[in-house]
Order: sequence, then structure tokens, then C-alpha cells
Amino acid sequence: MSQTTTTPGLPGQEERAQRGPVLRKGIGPTPTGWFDPRGRALGTWAFSVNRITGLGLVFYLYLHLAVLSLLLAGESNWNDFLEIATTWVFLGLDVLLLFGILFHGLNGIRVALVGTGIVPGRQQALFWAFTVIGTLTLAYGAIHILGSA
Amino acid sequence: MQTMEETVSGTGAVTETRRFRVFRFKRGDQTPHFDTFDVPIEQRTTVLDALKWIQLHRDASLSLRHSCYHASCGTCGVRVNGREVLMCVTAVHDLGHEVTVEPIANIPVLADLVVDMEEFYDRFPDQHPYVRRSEFNPEAAVPDGIATYVRYEDCIECGLCVSACPIVGTTDAYVGPAALAAAQRMIEEPRGADPARLIDWADDPDGAWRCHAAFECTEACPSNVNPAARIMELRGMLVGGRLSFRDREEEAR
Repeated sequence: MSQTTTTPGLPGQEERAQRGPVLRKGIGPTPTGWFDPRGRALGTWAFSVNRITGLGLVFYLYLHLAVLSLLLAGESNWNDFLEIATTWVFLGLDVLLLFGILFHGLNGIRVALVGTGIVPGRQQALFWAFTVIGTLTLAYGAIHILGSA
Repeated sequence: MQTMEETVSGTGAVTETRRFRVFRFKRGDQTPHFDTFDVPIEQRTTVLDALKWIQLHRDASLSLRHSCYHASCGTCGVRVNGREVLMCVTAVHDLGHEVTVEPIANIPVLADLVVDMEEFYDRFPDQHPYVRRSEFNPEAAVPDGIATYVRYEDCIECGLCVSACPIVGTTDAYVGPAALAAAQRMIEEPRGADPARLIDWADDPDGAWRCHAAFECTEACPSNVNPAARIMELRGMLVGGRLSFRDREEEAR
């Protein structure tokens, strides 16, 4: 191997030329670095939950299409599904879905208002305002959903 | 067996001992590791005091960087129990029994707690010429029509915001909060810089648009620069510029 340095022989020279390790917050390798709200503030909690609810809603979209495809298999299959859909467990999942929709939607409005420079310094106030709106809406929705059991 | 040779701050009023887990890495090491030290502390002991005590009494090879001791030089940024802080103004007494000290994240480690700030400065726009002097005395009367002074020259370039940012933790391509806040400040008050070039620099997928508004940089900033709000202002500027550009195009038709 050819010597590329012009001042060979200095102790530690090769080691100093190496790039040191880059520490990351978060769990696992770099692409998952965002998923660790430990030791972080409110904004990152909102950011993490927003991503998780986003993934959940994408999963739900495909699940919803799969369920609707039962209609193609006939009326009896659909009626069987409706029986399951009115159980407490299923309705509980509906409430969870409502939480995901509310959080993702309201947080999205918050980020849009902050992120387009309309109210750049009010992210925490908006978070709590939308939390109140979301909680009240979730409670109203949960009462109606679970009441239909 | 360890003895308490003297207190960390040198006043003799030892109140208790805390266990420090300190990140260690030297060039040529295969993997980093943590060393543990029991350090006598008193009420006013800072993390920097404690690490200097370790250097003096336990392990002289511990690498750390500091200068001013009063949060104005920005050289002693580390993570203590996962949070970004300046060692010189972080009281050990307020922390738990075990205190974990690591270098800041997202910037390569040179040795132990010292990171390579060259990569941090490489993120800044080309026109970032020098650290500006603060111009206003905060005690001075505020002129009519101005609610308060906002001193965005306060950035001490410590790198804590880059460490805290969850997006820099995902991609090194993102220029990060410190550089964007500096660009926004220069656009606001150019003093010789070219705002159009700075706006072009910021208007990039890995520039102002990569931020996801977690505001973690603002939480970590020890100097109240509020980089996240600066990035949002920058975005507002970019959105406004695009809208006005479209208006001009429509007017031209």
C-alpha cells in the first residue's frame, strides 16, 4: 500500500485521521433515530405520536379496503362481519382509531400553522388548545361509539 | 478504596457522593465504553467541576472541552442523563444518584466527551462570516414602537440544538437548526450578506423544509436563540416569496 501522507511516523497520526463514531439518540439504527421521546420535550412527543398515528392510519386504510371487499363475497359474509363489529373489543378499536384521526389531523393543523410561519412561536399553546379540542371530541365520540354496543 | 481528597469546588463542604458514568472513546478503540467514577459533591458542584475532579484525581486521560465557566463560550456542551446541557451551568445536586455523561449526538466524537465541531460549522451557509457582537444593552430603554429587544446574535454555537434535533438524528444531509437560524438572522439583518442567496440556500429539501417542527432545538438551546421559531419564520418567508412570485407571474400575463 502506498504512503499518502507527507509526514509519516508521527504517533497516532492514522488514528487521528479516522472519523470518530457519531452517537445518535433514539432506539436502533439511524433511520429509527426519531423514535425515542425519552429525555425529550413536548414537541418531540407530538412528532413521534404523529408519525405512529400516521403509520396506523395507513394500515387502517388498507384494512378498511380489505373489510369492504367482504361485500364481494356476499351478504352473509358482511352480516357475519357486522356481528363482530359491534363487540366491545371492536368498538374499543374504533375509539383508538378516532384518537389516531384526531391526533394526526389536529397536530397536522398545528404543524401547518407553525411551519408556514403564521404563528411560528406558538407551538406549545396550539398543542394544548388542540389537546383540549381533541379530548372533548374524543370523549363525545367514545360515548356514542361505545353506546352503540 | 477511594478517599475524598477534597471537595470538587474546594470549599470543603462535602454533602454526598454521586456516581458518574462517563463515555470513553479514543482513536483506535474498537468500540466506545463507559467508565464509572464516584465523585464527592457539594451543593454548588457543576458537572464540569465533577469531571475536572475526575481528571485531577482519577483519570488524567479524560478528554473534555471547556473555557469560560459561565455559559457564554459554548464549548462544554454534552448530554447528561440524555439531555443536552452545558456542563458549566448544570448542577449535579439536581441530578439523580447516577449521572451519565455522553458527548453530544449527531457530530463525530474526537475523544471521550469532545466532538469534531468542524462538521458542525460545515453546515453553515457560506456567508456566515463571523460571530456577531451583541449590539444592545438589555438594560437599556426600549424605543417607542418596539415591544422588546430580541437578540438573535446570542447563538454560542455549542451544537446542542444539532444534538437534540430528531431529524438530524435521522439524516446528516439536513443542515440543522443552528445553520438555519443563522441564515434567518442574516436575512433579517444582512449587513453585507446577500439575502437572495441565503433564501436560495435555505429553500432546499435538506434545508428549511426538512424540519418537522419538533422544537427540540429550542428546548435544548442554552442561549434563548429559539432556532425552531427562526426556521418557521424562514419558512414563512419562503412561502410568502413563492406566493408573491406567483402573483407577479399572473400580473405579467
